[in-house]
Amino acid sequence: MTEVAARGLWADAWLRLRRNRASLFAACFILLLTLFAFVGPHLSPHTFDTLDWENMTVGLGGPNNHWLGTDRLGRDLFVRTMTGVQLSLQIALLATIVSFVIGITYGAIAGFVGGRVDDLMMRFVDVLYSMPYIFIVIILSTFIDRANIFALFAAIGAVGWLTMARIVRGQTLSLRNREFIEAARAIGVTTPRIVARHIMPNVLGPVVVYATLTIPQMILFESLLSFLGLGVQEPAASLGSLITEGAKEIESALWMLLVPGFFLVSLLVCFNLLGDGLRDALDPRER
Amino acid sequence: MLRYAISRIVGIIPTLFIIITLAFFVIRLAPGGPFDEEQALPPEIKANLEAAYGLDQPIWKQYLRYLQGLSHGDFGPSFKFKDFSVTELIAQGLPISLSIGLSAVLLGMLVGVPLGTFAALKQNTAADYTTMAIVGLGISVPNFVVAPLLQILFGLQWRLLPVAGWESGEIRYLVLPVAALSFGIIAYVGRLTRGSMLEVLRSNYVRTARAKGLPEYLVIWRHALRPALLPVVSWLGPAFAFVVTGSLVVETVFGLPGSGKYLVQGAINRDYSLVMGMIVVYGSLIVVCNLIADLLYGWLDPRVRYD
Repeated sequence: MTEVAARGLWADAWLRLRRNRASLFAACFILLLTLFAFVGPHLSPHTFDTLDWENMTVGLGGPNNHWLGTDRLGRDLFVRTMTGVQLSLQIALLATIVSFVIGITYGAIAGFVGGRVDDLMMRFVDVLYSMPYIFIVIILSTFIDRANIFALFAAIGAVGWLTMARIVRGQTLSLRNREFIEAARAIGVTTPRIVARHIMPNVLGPVVVYATLTIPQMILFESLLSFLGLGVQEPAASLGSLITEGAKEIESALWMLLVPGFFLVSLLVCFNLLGDGLRDALDPRER
Repeated sequence: MLRYAISRIVGIIPTLFIIITLAFFVIRLAPGGPFDEEQALPPEIKANLEAAYGLDQPIWKQYLRYLQGLSHGDFGPSFKFKDFSVTELIAQGLPISLSIGLSAVLLGMLVGVPLGTFAALKQNTAADYTTMAIVGLGISVPNFVVAPLLQILFGLQWRLLPVAGWESGEIRYLVLPVAALSFGIIAYVGRLTRGSMLEVLRSNYVRTARAKGLPEYLVIWRHALRPALLPVVSWLGPAFAFVVTGSLVVETVFGLPGSGKYLVQGAINRDYSLVMGMIVVYGSLIVVCNLIADLLYGWLDPRVRYD
């Protein structure tokens, strides 16, 4: 019998991801844009809230280094959009992390304990599921001081754990009694090693995929709330609040909608592409 | 089947009850009340107002009273829209929201299903990639970007359709809102259909149908379409929630007198009864939509057993 060098799950996944050019491009774009969102504002002579009375509502490539134009108050749109990207990314990441911690814990407990506890816990999730997410978020947003946007998004993350909990529970439940776990037990593998080598990789795959797909959802949610006037407050800017301002000016200043709109859409597209690529790469069943 | 349907309908009641209870207590825990205004009211007037609306009573008594009213269809008076009951407000707005939402879902299905089927039939060709790229964009472009863009193109640039407004529901005022709302639905339905159609096209019975010489359109129409629609049907429940969220945006952008705005305004104003009314009505609609989707699923898929 010849020894076949086994590639680990992650090495294997990386290999498959590398072959998916769209995902790779998306990952690079996200990294570069994130970097640029933090570096870019320092390259411009303006800050996100300085008013330039000489150059109000100028278009793309405007005078006085307003590369992407200005809004009605003469605030530089390039700097505002970049700080908007910063804020949207930070908020989305925070909400995703919160929803993760809760979702994984909840799902793992339900899956491991099983029985009536599981029934009850998942029934509760079902009930919350039958409400549109936006209802819960709108009610929560009334709770929290709107100046503190991060508290709001920690709260949104705290409601957004439902799908995560379902995924983790389902995985745990189905893995517990699978043959390969039994086989590992039969040949005397210790429990911690089974968890590390057999359960974790199988749970982690879907978790990582869902994480990548949750971030754009959260970005979208932040934008939606800002659009409805429940999110980021002036003079701070997020992609959503910039789009809202832009949507009011479509007759006179179309770029105010198009600039933040472009960055929002390309971020969302890239996260979705990356998520799809990761799903193909990490799900060993779908080769 | 009938038994299953009945047990599902009975199952709705506890779900709704939990939703109502949760919403009732959570919204009341929020800081502030309906009579906190910029200019503070004199305390005695505020106390009188609160007494008039029963807000001075202990919260569990208010809760029981609310349930009692609800049991004969009374949502109570609105705190902010004086002289209007919540029932009147929702009855005015809901038909508009519903007609836009349902038209959008219908349009989404009518465009999305053929689009997905087309992409599946042309798998891995340029036509497939182009279709899926458009669909991918449709999933990622939020409707608060789509809606203003439609306004610019069709309203301002080409002057084909009114930019916004309602005018008692003339069709041309409905076209843009419905289009904006259905954009995302088309994308989702297209993607779902393509995925499941690919799977169905690889199955044995489709091979058999082709082998016995059926023309391709009949293979699709008679054999492939029905099973391929199953994931789309089970998405219809969540689709309704999607439409509710979208209608908040679309109604704002196009200035439509739908009921979506009451949710946001009600929450900001602490108009307890209005928010509760919206949650009860929309919550019930969603639960019912989920039920319809499930029953439809069973009807479409004879493999589903109810026991």
